[in-house]
Amino acid sequence: MNAPQARSGDYRLPMHRRRKAVNVMALALSLAAMAFGVFWLLWILLETFRLGIGGLALATFTESTPPPNADTGGLANAIVGSLIMVSLATLIGTPIGILAGIYLAEYGRGGWFAQVTRFINDILLAAPSIVIGLFIYAVVVAQTGGFSGWAGVLALAVIVVPVVLRTTENMLALIPDSLREAAYALGAPKVVMIKSVTLKAARAGVVTGVLLALARIAGETAPLLFTALSNQFFTADLSKPMANLPVTIFKFAMSPFENWQKLAWAGVLLITLGVLFLNILARVLFRKKD
Amino acid sequence: MTGEAAATLQSVKISVRDLNFFYGKFHALKNINLRIPEKQVTAFIGPSGCGKSTLLRTFNRMFELYPEQRAEGTIEMDGDNLLTTKEDVALLRARVGMVFQKPTPFPMSIYDNIAFGVKLFERLSRSAMDDRVEWALKKAALWNEVKDKLGQAGTSLSGGQQQRLCIARGIAVRPEVILFDEPCSALDPISTSKIEELIEELKADYTVAIVTHNMQQAARVSDYTAYMYLGELIEFGETDQVFIKPKRKETEDYITGRFG
Repeated sequence: MNAPQARSGDYRLPMHRRRKAVNVMALALSLAAMAFGVFWLLWILLETFRLGIGGLALATFTESTPPPNADTGGLANAIVGSLIMVSLATLIGTPIGILAGIYLAEYGRGGWFAQVTRFINDILLAAPSIVIGLFIYAVVVAQTGGFSGWAGVLALAVIVVPVVLRTTENMLALIPDSLREAAYALGAPKVVMIKSVTLKAARAGVVTGVLLALARIAGETAPLLFTALSNQFFTADLSKPMANLPVTIFKFAMSPFENWQKLAWAGVLLITLGVLFLNILARVLFRKKD
Repeated sequence: MTGEAAATLQSVKISVRDLNFFYGKFHALKNINLRIPEKQVTAFIGPSGCGKSTLLRTFNRMFELYPEQRAEGTIEMDGDNLLTTKEDVALLRARVGMVFQKPTPFPMSIYDNIAFGVKLFERLSRSAMDDRVEWALKKAALWNEVKDKLGQAGTSLSGGQQQRLCIARGIAVRPEVILFDEPCSALDPISTSKIEELIEELKADYTVAIVTHNMQQAARVSDYTAYMYLGELIEFGETDQVFIKPKRKETEDYITGRFG
């Protein structure tokens, strides 16, 4: 065989150069798109901080929502209302979502019942939250004759379920069947296999799903508008209308009163920080797993 | 030990008669007849897709996890047809352990990995469990490497160690039979030789069946060898005989590499 002639690869150069040019172009476009997205995000965060930080004071956490043009006042009732309703909704929605997710990933698999459930869940996942709010209004508020914290909890729980269900199913689906077979090979019954092996292996992902659901409902306004409504007084009684951050923000931000507007921005900042914290927590948990 | 005499002296642990296996419509095992001797190592060799893993997975009814898979025929273990027995499949699997191609440590500590299977059927005191874990890890030649880090995650071990952990996990349940499904195909040569030594030692107490792609491995570790091709059992006999003086031309072609 002859030694290859010098520069015999020259014929490859034109296409190689073209490919490099296309690569540079694609990279530039991707970077531009990313910069565009990050620009708006940072601007939103920056504005939220700039306008919200002014309304934050100790009184924001200790005093309830004030009347218009008052000197003092805070968001205590809304913060506590939001915390109660969001926690309860998560407590109710999470077990349902996780159990249903386990059913789809471990029991139903490809069966028709699982297929139908998955389809309905996807619709629920994509349903506008205002639809869920109106649904709870029709079946709970209109029937019981009044807005209540419980109705708000229910509406939020209905939003939690599909999110948790989806992530649980997806995370369990990522666990290879070889791990399931290994548990069965020792004589483990299915329940033990799921509880000690697959669910444990998927734990970080499932918890992430719960945190993301929490983050989602923390900022939902529409479902509360028709269910918990709002309350200008502090209450922990779930059978009464209940103050909450999103509806308070909605009401205060639309008002012409300066002290209300200031508190609305403070509320926005609080929710943003809360959601940011939950997202970071979810990320940290996920990373730990790898 | 030589010749037929030894073979007939061996008592039979698993006896397969007229076994047929289907993946949906695909006929994967065709009229398999075979007797696996007790406390010996039986190797299954043959090209990919010949059905050797499929056969292995009938011995602990692992195939039942997949509804489209089905076995017909008889697989007798200690006189019972395990395909039709009323015994719960979980109890069967506690008697017939399995080690897989890829190491499958559970998402828990090394200690809990071993204790997992034991806890399913036995209620042991803490110290009895400690003893069992140590015993199993020693049997699997892993004790010296992990005795100071039993609380660490099983997944933190190297691939070869993970595989020995899985063997220890299987031994800890005290099965009668251990099935190995290409246990070394994902391991380096040093880990492989460790596991081969281990298999040699295991046959003192257990009946071992191993599926392998590696013919040298089969020759090294097994007492009996089954050569399979396209779902049929072509030849079965003592390993020395199968490798040195195969009765069938097909076996000879495969072993000598003329057929791949």
